[in-house]
Amino acid sequence: MRIGVPKEIEEGEKRVALTPEVATQLQKLGFTLAIESGAGAAANFDDEQYKTVGVEIVEDPRDLWKHSDIIMKVRPPKEHPELGFYGVELLGKGQTLISFLYPAMNQETLQALSERGVTALAMDSVPRISRAQKMDALSSMANIAGYRAVVEAAQHFGRFFTGQITAAGRIPPAKVLVIGAGVAGLAAIGAAKSMGAIVRAFDTRPEVKEQVESMDAEFLMLDFPDEDGAGSGGYAKTMSPEFIKAEMDLFASQAAEVDIIITTALIPGKPAPELITERMVANMKPGSVIVDLAAEAGGNCKLTEANKVVVKHGVTLIGYTNLPSRLAAQSSQLYATNLRHLLTDLCPEKDGNIVVDMEDEVIRGATVVKEGNITWPPPAPRISLAPKEDIGIKAKAQLEKPEAKPAHPLAFIIPLALAGLALFGLGSVAPPEFIGHLTVFVLSCFIGYMVIWGVSHSLHTPLMSVTNAISSIIVIGALIQISSDSPLVVILATLAVFITSINIVGGFAVTQRMLRMFRK
Amino acid sequence: MNTGIITASYIGASALFIMALGGLAHQESARRGNFYGMLGMGLALVVTIVGLVTQNHFVLIVGILAGGAIGWYLAKKVEMTQMPELVAVLHSLVGLAAVFVGWANALDHNAVSQTPVEQAIHATETYLGILIGALTFSGSICAYLKLAAKISGKPLQLPGRHIFNLVLLLAAIGFCVEYVASAPEGGIGWLVAMTIIALVFGVHMVVAIGGADMPVVVSMLNSYSGWAAAAMGFMLGNDLLIVVGALVGSSGAILSYIMCKAMNRKFVNVILGGFGNKSSGGAGAAGPAGSEEDIKPIQADEVADMLASAKEVMILPGYGMAVAQAQHTVYEISKKLKDKGVNVRFGIHPVAGRMPGHMNVLLAEAKVPYDIVFEMDEINEEFPNVDVSIVIGANDIVNPAAQEVPDSPIAGMPVLEPWNGKTTIVLKRGMSTGYAGVDNPLFYKENTRMLFGDAKDSVDAVLKYLSE
Repeated sequence: MRIGVPKEIEEGEKRVALTPEVATQLQKLGFTLAIESGAGAAANFDDEQYKTVGVEIVEDPRDLWKHSDIIMKVRPPKEHPELGFYGVELLGKGQTLISFLYPAMNQETLQALSERGVTALAMDSVPRISRAQKMDALSSMANIAGYRAVVEAAQHFGRFFTGQITAAGRIPPAKVLVIGAGVAGLAAIGAAKSMGAIVRAFDTRPEVKEQVESMDAEFLMLDFPDEDGAGSGGYAKTMSPEFIKAEMDLFASQAAEVDIIITTALIPGKPAPELITERMVANMKPGSVIVDLAAEAGGNCKLTEANKVVVKHGVTLIGYTNLPSRLAAQSSQLYATNLRHLLTDLCPEKDGNIVVDMEDEVIRGATVVKEGNITWPPPAPRISLAPKEDIGIKAKAQLEKPEAKPAHPLAFIIPLALAGLALFGLGSVAPPEFIGHLTVFVLSCFIGYMVIWGVSHSLHTPLMSVTNAISSIIVIGALIQISSDSPLVVILATLAVFITSINIVGGFAVTQRMLRMFRK
Repeated sequence: MNTGIITASYIGASALFIMALGGLAHQESARRGNFYGMLGMGLALVVTIVGLVTQNHFVLIVGILAGGAIGWYLAKKVEMTQMPELVAVLHSLVGLAAVFVGWANALDHNAVSQTPVEQAIHATETYLGILIGALTFSGSICAYLKLAAKISGKPLQLPGRHIFNLVLLLAAIGFCVEYVASAPEGGIGWLVAMTIIALVFGVHMVVAIGGADMPVVVSMLNSYSGWAAAAMGFMLGNDLLIVVGALVGSSGAILSYIMCKAMNRKFVNVILGGFGNKSSGGAGAAGPAGSEEDIKPIQADEVADMLASAKEVMILPGYGMAVAQAQHTVYEISKKLKDKGVNVRFGIHPVAGRMPGHMNVLLAEAKVPYDIVFEMDEINEEFPNVDVSIVIGANDIVNPAAQEVPDSPIAGMPVLEPWNGKTTIVLKRGMSTGYAGVDNPLFYKENTRMLFGDAKDSVDAVLKYLSE
């Protein structure tokens, strides 16, 4: 099947849905590839690079839309500003479109796709289950956005992130507050932390506390009775009014203290919740920066303006909605890899033909139009991660439960007493010579016990071979008897000498050989 | 030579043997220890030959030279992977020698006249010495055949085997009573019968033990060979044999104990029967531990990238690495990484090889310096700081089910915990289970990547990418 990748036409969009590296991997799956001339230029992939890995360069995007079996894009399709055509109208039966589609907001696009009888997969509708992580483009883009948010903040922030003691005086580290510890939030925490800032994070879902703390950031807790903010699909849900009040109080006190606030709070299908009020902005120190990653959905701060950097009350508010595009090479690489994983699942035979299997939970979720029928929204995904963990903890607790009961004091006296009695009984009948040997034996056992525990674990194999050699001391027994007059005894003794000699020489030699290998 | 000198020499030899074992406490002193051992053995041999052998010197010398030559040849030829086989063969020889010496003693009636009590004790000692020797012999041969894969490693469990063992034990006790009553003049028939019983018992005991328990078996036979020597010492009234026998016997017993603890197995259970087969495995052995979809494969070049950009790398080898002969390449990888400033360490589980300390020897053979090789207990708490752990040819020893699944057959067994690190890479041929037949949840964990393929090919590929 032929995959066509047109150039992105949205203004300011620098990403591209195919990179040369991913192209080679897709060819292994049996696909042939074509890309519009200059499609990767903004992301630093020029036509030559594509050509060298065998991707056809096409000048006219209309040709791609008409004659490709699969169209891969980043942004949802729209009217071409220069050539004046609408890509979807060039599509026909049997063709497949894969891109971000945002079906909830783009009903007309969905309608148009369905009228053309095509199949469409929305990268933003891939269910957020663990198996689909490798094709979860929202997560990979959010990760980049989080990182870039810190970079943007650093650019507009007039000071160091890291604290330093210099000859000219002490520089305090910047304090960063990240609201919403999802993928973007965690990426922002990581980036800010690695630049040396003090990072605090807040999230309504208590289960992310551990993740935040594992990144060495401080997790802010609300002084509020338990309320779990975890909604379905890994997103947070709307909280109760009391909870929101407590939350707002926390933000107000934090705003006066921190230098940078990065907000990432989004609730799917709803306008972004207002978390930073104008009063909080006014209370922030002059020169502070707010990066609002929810700007596209109205912003977590009402003062943010989408796609703009504005300064209000002395605070810089960054409202870029295309942060991944500002790291175009990286985001193209990750997005193209996400697409590649999706195509791998769509093409189980690796023969270059895709099968849209509606029984597969991931593919079902991503497919928004199937051969002209709108199949969005999909049935709710089944998620049961949390209870699984509980079982693990319970099992661990069970394992740790059986505690050794403190031994009864008599428990160790009884065997000792028995052993003493047995020795006493033996001593009363046995000849003194035997008792002498027994003394040697028992003491040797104790010496052996002490010495062997001291042997390094790494030398246990040499220990076995050397004990093997010295246990051939039995040869002494044979030597004592070899001078016998009875031929049978001599034969037996000679045989014993023979085999113990194998053992003595072999045991010591192999031990020596092994020990020589151990070196620093 | 008077008896005083002989006894004094024997005391010296005993001390040297103890020092030989004591020397093994550190790598630095180990070779000196081995030298002490040779010295002790030489001293004992020379003194005995000069002082006690009065005739038949020729056959004696021929026996020593022929045996010594064979021993030398074996020691030079053996592959380090075959150490367990060699050790098993050597154990069998100790057992066989004990049988010969015991029989020679029983047939030699020139002993000085004794009181009836002394006679009874002497007869019992002879009987016991032969018994332990014979069962060490047949058990070791059987262990050798299993280790060398000449017979199946699966536990062979006859119906009613416990009753069979009990009958053998009762018969052995009964024959002992009969033999003691008729010794020293008669009773040879009882001795023959007992030898046969002991041989059968040795075979029966070892065939019933599964492949995973072989380290315990080898250690246990090590212990038996010591007890056989001690019994010979009692029989001959020779303190040197008693001391050495007790040393070796307790050494093997401690090794068995360490091995059992490392597998969370009771010694008695190991002896009584198979591990990992359905009948004794109980519940929890069935079914995979995760969905196939959670498996995340990785390619060799990605592994090389990860290793090169890591700070702390832990390599966790299992016996599979030695089977694939991958240890030399693994060492090359560790050297490459070290040159790049990566801290590479090896983590060894006590049962990683097929006998105690086996993996250390295999790594030493591949020139891995022993100061970057650590025991499980030393490194388990280090894992949170480890960027990449590589599991090569190991399965059960890195199985989190031992801690997480209470009804798993390996529950409670101490294991290496790579999942506490950042990323774990598992080199594996396919998704098969380990010795214990238990599926490994590690393979399905979030931070685990699977590098499928033959271990040798995989590490070769990783080394190639690292060298580029």
